[in-house]
Amino acid sequence: MSNLRDLYQEVILDHAKKPKNFGPLEGDDVRSVRGFNPLCGDHYTVHVRVADGRVEAASFEGEGCAISKASASLMTDTLVGRTLEEAETLHHAFNELVTAEPTSAGERFEDAIADLGKLAVFAGVCEYPSRVKCASLAWHACRSALTEEDDTVTTE
Amino acid sequence: MNAPLSSAQENKPMQPAGALQGLDVEAVRADFPIFAQEIHGKPLVYLDTAATSQKPEVVIDAVTKVYREANANVHRGVHLLSERATGLYEGARDRVRRFLGAASRKEIVFVRGTTEAVNLVASSFGEPRLEPGDRVVVTAMEHHSNIVPWKVACERKGAELAVIPMDENGDLVLDGLDELLDERCKMLAMVHVSNALGVVNPVKELIAKARERGIPTLVDAAQSVPHLAVNVQELGCDFLALSGHKAYGPTGIGVLYGREALLEGMRPYQGGGDMIATVSFDEVTYNDLPYRFEAGTPNIAGVVGLGAALDYLDGLGFDAIAAHEDELVAHARAALAEVPRVRLLGSPRKQAGAISMSLEGLHPHDIGTVLDSEGVAVRTGLHCAEPAIRHFGVSASVRASFGVYNRREDIDALVVGLRKAVDLLG
Repeated sequence: MSNLRDLYQEVILDHAKKPKNFGPLEGDDVRSVRGFNPLCGDHYTVHVRVADGRVEAASFEGEGCAISKASASLMTDTLVGRTLEEAETLHHAFNELVTAEPTSAGERFEDAIADLGKLAVFAGVCEYPSRVKCASLAWHACRSALTEEDDTVTTE
Repeated sequence: MNAPLSSAQENKPMQPAGALQGLDVEAVRADFPIFAQEIHGKPLVYLDTAATSQKPEVVIDAVTKVYREANANVHRGVHLLSERATGLYEGARDRVRRFLGAASRKEIVFVRGTTEAVNLVASSFGEPRLEPGDRVVVTAMEHHSNIVPWKVACERKGAELAVIPMDENGDLVLDGLDELLDERCKMLAMVHVSNALGVVNPVKELIAKARERGIPTLVDAAQSVPHLAVNVQELGCDFLALSGHKAYGPTGIGVLYGREALLEGMRPYQGGGDMIATVSFDEVTYNDLPYRFEAGTPNIAGVVGLGAALDYLDGLGFDAIAAHEDELVAHARAALAEVPRVRLLGSPRKQAGAISMSLEGLHPHDIGTVLDSEGVAVRTGLHCAEPAIRHFGVSASVRASFGVYNRREDIDALVVGLRKAVDLLG
């Protein structure tokens, strides 16, 4: 097992304790999707407002572990101002980052990691397969909100 | 090893400081090959027995031996191997009957586990008896496997699922029991020992109350069988469900005990081979008990392994097991109370096998990951008993659960790991 500090980086712990964009988002044009993990009980509702093909505002509510909460916090922070297309690319890049094989994470996804900016702090998650769903929960909910698919998503 | 509790207590001055009464834990640990390995470079501290117990060598050997020396289908062949396999399989049924104190081997049905046992009873006994407005009563601390099958049956028949509440200690509140067990109540299904909280429920008293009113009872004994002597005739229950893998046996095998007169009147749960007497396209007649409820080729090696596990438990002796585990729970409660931010969920009158806790400001998953890095295996989350955990106003817990192989040092390692989690996660 790698050092726990690779998983629990200071940025992650800071966002878990003081999450950004934590709370409701008002307005008729707000799309909200609830994501939950039935195995552990983690649940978040992600709210987004889209205007002119861009994410104008994003927030989240709910509860879960440090990894899932920090992920939701950094995700909403990163997505505001992005086009829907950019958001989709980020979603895929993030997914690749946290599910990579531990030995090849560096080489295979170098470009994706570079594009992810602050989100790269989640690179350590791929060493902990049981925690991948924690990191990706809010992303799944957000993607569903942006694509107007389901009102509820689960990790299972 | 079969020393009664009183002599174990008399022996106390002879024990070295810190040793547990009742069991020679080092000898027990030597029976379990899994402890020979390290986890992340640290000795394995296994505190997840309530999820599944580790397996002693005798169980692993018994399962292997079936495949190496007696592998054939049961109740079918005239050849020697089939007779050998049938003998082992039916011998294990007799073993289970003795273990549970059942009146007849016809009352011992092999199933996949507690979940299947409860589903069988809910489907073949409970649901046909329910009418609109009827009620099935469970407790506030059930495992999902003793909630969902009843909820499904109630929904199909327009009946309701009612709950015996628990207090802040995790003890059942029995004040309103008479109202719950009225003429509308058609079933009382309850957990003996809570998997999430370790609470030992007064099932014998509850069964007596139900029997006075003619209400059938089912006991979920998945978590009690590994820790306490369970006798169906002493309890007086109509049905009892257990899982082999929680009691040092293999996964995929469990037992439904059912009172013969009730099983006799129940419709089959699954159809197939072995559960029939004659089959034509016009008519099917069913086999006798217990085979009527064992459709298809059973888990033969699992059954034989379960028999070996019960031999192992009886060899240790339940007085010794209970004394050992009582002391582990007491030591754990005292040691955990010293850890900053720890809140123990519940303080029941009687507790066996498990302790749930939350740590203020920290999420159980993060704690579980830190503990794993220390070689300490615990369960985190809702433990398939969501209402029991939510009762305490938390969305998840850390559960430490104990078995015959646990030592005081295991709890000390847990405490060290929890302190590390507090330091790291802040």
